[in-house]
Amino acid sequence: MPQIVLKHRFGRDGFALDVAFDAPETGVTALFGPSGCGKTSVLAAVAGLLRPQEGRIAIGGDVVLDTARRIALAPERRRCAVVFQDARLFPHLSVETNLRYGLRRAPRSAEGPGFDEVVALLGIAHLLGRRPAGLSGGERQRVALGRALLARPRLLLMDEPLAALDAARRAEVLPFLARLRDVARLPILYVTHALDEVDALADHLVLMDRGRVLADGPVAALAARTDLPLAARRDAGVLLDCTVGEAPADALTRLDFPGGALLTILRPGPPGTRLRVRVRARDVAVAVSEPQGLSTRNVLRGTLTDIQPAGEGQEVFVRLAIGPSELLARITRDSVQRLQLHTGMVVWALVKAVTFDHRMGTAATGAAGSGAPDALPAA
Amino acid sequence: MNLGLSAEEWQAVRLSLDVAGRSVAVSLLPAIGVAWLLSRGRFPGRMLLDAVVHLPLVVPPVVVGWGLLMLFGIRGPIGGPLNDWFGIRLVFTTDGAALATAVMSFPLIVRAVRLGLDTVDTGLEAAARTLGAGPMDRFLTVTLPLMSPGILAGAVTAFAAGLGEFGAVITFVSNIPGETQTLPLAIYTATQTAGGEATAARLATISFSLAIAGLLLAELIARRMHRLLGRA
Repeated sequence: MPQIVLKHRFGRDGFALDVAFDAPETGVTALFGPSGCGKTSVLAAVAGLLRPQEGRIAIGGDVVLDTARRIALAPERRRCAVVFQDARLFPHLSVETNLRYGLRRAPRSAEGPGFDEVVALLGIAHLLGRRPAGLSGGERQRVALGRALLARPRLLLMDEPLAALDAARRAEVLPFLARLRDVARLPILYVTHALDEVDALADHLVLMDRGRVLADGPVAALAARTDLPLAARRDAGVLLDCTVGEAPADALTRLDFPGGALLTILRPGPPGTRLRVRVRARDVAVAVSEPQGLSTRNVLRGTLTDIQPAGEGQEVFVRLAIGPSELLARITRDSVQRLQLHTGMVVWALVKAVTFDHRMGTAATGAAGSGAPDALPAA
Repeated sequence: MNLGLSAEEWQAVRLSLDVAGRSVAVSLLPAIGVAWLLSRGRFPGRMLLDAVVHLPLVVPPVVVGWGLLMLFGIRGPIGGPLNDWFGIRLVFTTDGAALATAVMSFPLIVRAVRLGLDTVDTGLEAAARTLGAGPMDRFLTVTLPLMSPGILAGAVTAFAAGLGEFGAVITFVSNIPGETQTLPLAIYTATQTAGGEATAARLATISFSLAIAGLLLAELIARRMHRLLGRA
């Protein structure tokens, strides 16, 4: 399990970094926060490209940095491959030679997917003879993913790998990232400031702000909390791990989640496809009796478990238990008083079928820890 | 094909090419090392090294030649032991002409190599590190290929300039036909000789053509290299 403890101050009175967290043994740990919160510095320190003043970093039981014991392995000996935002492919080498660069230098004992397997996984077989200058941004990033994975790293570091791409290119690369995550049986640290990437890829979330860790834990657990900066976002809401249901009655898709089902206009894939859906709190309405004559397709019976203020305004978060799952609804204080909402009462949550706002389209794949590449929708 | 040149004139042309070629061969590796130190090194005395390397550009060539004579003369602090122990004599020899030319063109090569090195994205070297490449490995596989346009440009420029080195050469190794009389020295001699105008004109034309050819070649190679390196 990667363990990371870092303290670093840039300049005399500069920005101070003070973080400590553990990442799970496999799967994606997202370092999420606003620009300048220090998440990229954490990544650089893990890779060995930044030497922190204090810290201890262990990967797979091996200590690669321990300032107290004066241990600081050089980056080339850490076996932490990095996927940079700007790809950083070697311009004078062909795509194939780029891909083999890390592979040739990996220890013989290192295990990992083979060259042909990675090329097929990323769909880059037709690019092997080309030079990086002739590739599109999305193709470059796919090659960079392959090059990092083929270095047979113990830990894969990704520094905003989609941030330099336009929306279409992001949608092109994201499914490959999801595939790579499912194939690579190794921990991945993923730096991003895009919440949709967290939703689509991450299992574990480290929430950062101003050089500190605000919270860390499973993504869905943090998304459901109302005391974090995440809750102040327009797209605050819970994440539901869903499975596409068998043959829905109408043209809509049924997404089954523990305790209920949602009808949606999303087309994530055939029945059995697993995906994680963000249900934004501002898209959920609450009724105290079962409503009739509504266009809203999703009416879920549940129990009101909590009411929390949402920021300083006239709004609150209402937490609803739908079986073992939870929903958050963002409503006005006025509504709470008018309907005399209180914890323990039975309510109905209303969610429109057209509300699921998925900028990433079908790329929102892979439930936490599913590890099943065959469950991925076609890209 | 003799272009109307006499045997002596051809000898001067061949000698110039020989001297310039040897001077580049001798100074290329040290120039890469010095360029690396100046561009990437963080050590006290870097400014001083920078100044010393550039001295031949500002000091009169005759003074450089005189300095070489003092150091590498038969009784000089370096020339003495070289002569006594190894039987290597630089004064009045072709080797000495190459050394004088190398010293004079050294700053040219260093500048070009350094420019080439500065265009190398250090992010690529960092990427190579994270992929497991040690210092020498990533220098040879990433930095050196990417800075090679600068190295080639420096070599060609120094070669072209070396064909015409005059002051340092004539001061250090004198003007001996067949041994140290390179093109510019032969031209100079011709202008000092009664009836030598035609020889001077022919040699000057050749000198001019070689210089132009060198510059064109440097440009051609640079473009070719940039395309090879994927910078289009």
